[in-house]
Amino acid sequence: MRTKQLFLVVFAIMVSPALLLGAGTVSGKVTYTGTPAKQKTIDMSKEPSCAKQHTTPITTETVVTGANNALENVVVYISAGAPDEPNAPAQAVTFTQKGCQYIPHVLAMHTGQELKVVNDDQTSHNIHPLAKINREWNKSQPPGTPPLSEKFDKEEFVPVKCNVHPWMHGYFAVLKTTHYAISSDNGGFTLPNLPAGKYTITAWQEDYGTQTQDVTISGNETKTVDFTFKAKPY
Amino acid sequence: MIAVSKCLLLSFGLAISVTVPSFAQQAHVGNLTGHAAVGKKLYRRFCVGCHGPLGDGNGENAQWIDPKPRDFTAATFKCRSTPTGSLPTDQDLYNSIGRGFTNSNMPHWDALTDQNRIDLVAFIKSFSPRWTTEKPSDPITVPPEPAITIESITHGAELFQKMECWKCHGQQGRGDGPSASTLTDSKDNPIRPYNFAAGADDSRFKCGVTNQDVYKIFITGVDGTPMPSFADVIQPNDAWDLVHFLRTLQTNRHSKENDVLKAAGGKIPTKAPDAPANSDNKGSGGGN
Repeated sequence: MRTKQLFLVVFAIMVSPALLLGAGTVSGKVTYTGTPAKQKTIDMSKEPSCAKQHTTPITTETVVTGANNALENVVVYISAGAPDEPNAPAQAVTFTQKGCQYIPHVLAMHTGQELKVVNDDQTSHNIHPLAKINREWNKSQPPGTPPLSEKFDKEEFVPVKCNVHPWMHGYFAVLKTTHYAISSDNGGFTLPNLPAGKYTITAWQEDYGTQTQDVTISGNETKTVDFTFKAKPY
Repeated sequence: MIAVSKCLLLSFGLAISVTVPSFAQQAHVGNLTGHAAVGKKLYRRFCVGCHGPLGDGNGENAQWIDPKPRDFTAATFKCRSTPTGSLPTDQDLYNSIGRGFTNSNMPHWDALTDQNRIDLVAFIKSFSPRWTTEKPSDPITVPPEPAITIESITHGAELFQKMECWKCHGQQGRGDGPSASTLTDSKDNPIRPYNFAAGADDSRFKCGVTNQDVYKIFITGVDGTPMPSFADVIQPNDAWDLVHFLRTLQTNRHSKENDVLKAAGGKIPTKAPDAPANSDNKGSGGGN
């Protein structure tokens, strides 16, 4: 009897975090229609230490596509309906400069979350987020210097550039939620751990803008939400 | 008499109730206190032509001007004593108005009185809500300047390579480095890196004429432009060495640095013959 009670208590403790987080899931695919603009090939010959890291030609990443019209690097997140998250996650997100490219090209983070910027190259980069709502700062990071640590306080999609290497372009997606995903090379995304409720899901692509859809989750279920962007030919 | 003083009191009360809530913004430098309401009138007379009635840098003359007039609504300022990303201090803005910006259409407004300039600072701060929600960070500290020696200049020259200042400013500091032609400011307007060698004895920097001012430029960065902050990656003594070297790039300017260089034979001693502009940096990352 007692062991049964104990078992129940332990079971409840194990299960409760999952209940708090919720068992609902939204997943889907991001695709495009039409013909996306052809990405430009990047000439890195002015920076030999980066150029030699690439065996195949590198292109711009404004629109990255996959098989079956998949659209990669789309930020899909809960823009309304999720409970407030006053605290940012404790672990940092990392933005790496390697081969004179940004990895990842689009980095999502929570407001107030620590952002670590790493220079893996043998050249100096300057990290210049062109923020309009947050503070605009601009820091140099010569090779061999430790990662720099920053954070953004307000929700914003911030373009990031390196002025020394003008082809380097990326984005910080600063969100007020941890319920976000970046679409993968097959366009897929998953937003797990959603409690029951009505949500607005927003998908953001740096060139094609935003789309929203509403979805209602009731308990332990997976809802499919797909997004289709109309490609800009130029 | 009573009626008059009552009337005065009333108008005084009115003036306060009208001006204080709508122009809460003030500015302080030393014993001076600037008032936005007064600054607004001065702005309409002296500044509006370039910076525009909305303070967004789109005045009538803006289309003819390069670099473009400052957009005060963004509250991003070039010449600061504060770290990158921070608002400037009132003193910084006050100094900028009085000094003007070399190589731009912004003249030095020393024809205005000190009170005029501080009133303008107060008004400029009314264009962005950042001034009510944020405070300028503490100014950076500039340690005392060490002696100007050939060793200091030589080490500064090494740092100029290591920090890759030449990528934009060029090996001779003429603003012609490999990345120079691609540079844009934060509004996507083309912008040139500073040409140290231009100008004669009056060759001067944008944010002030002293060595302390030069030190501040690369520690704070020039916000809104490609020039980043080196605060996290350069030590104070190294920064001073870099200042001493940068002065020697102002070849036509009379300076202690150029005298020291001349006395040492006019050339910066190099450790090994190299051609840094074309060298591949790989393998030298851990070196000095």
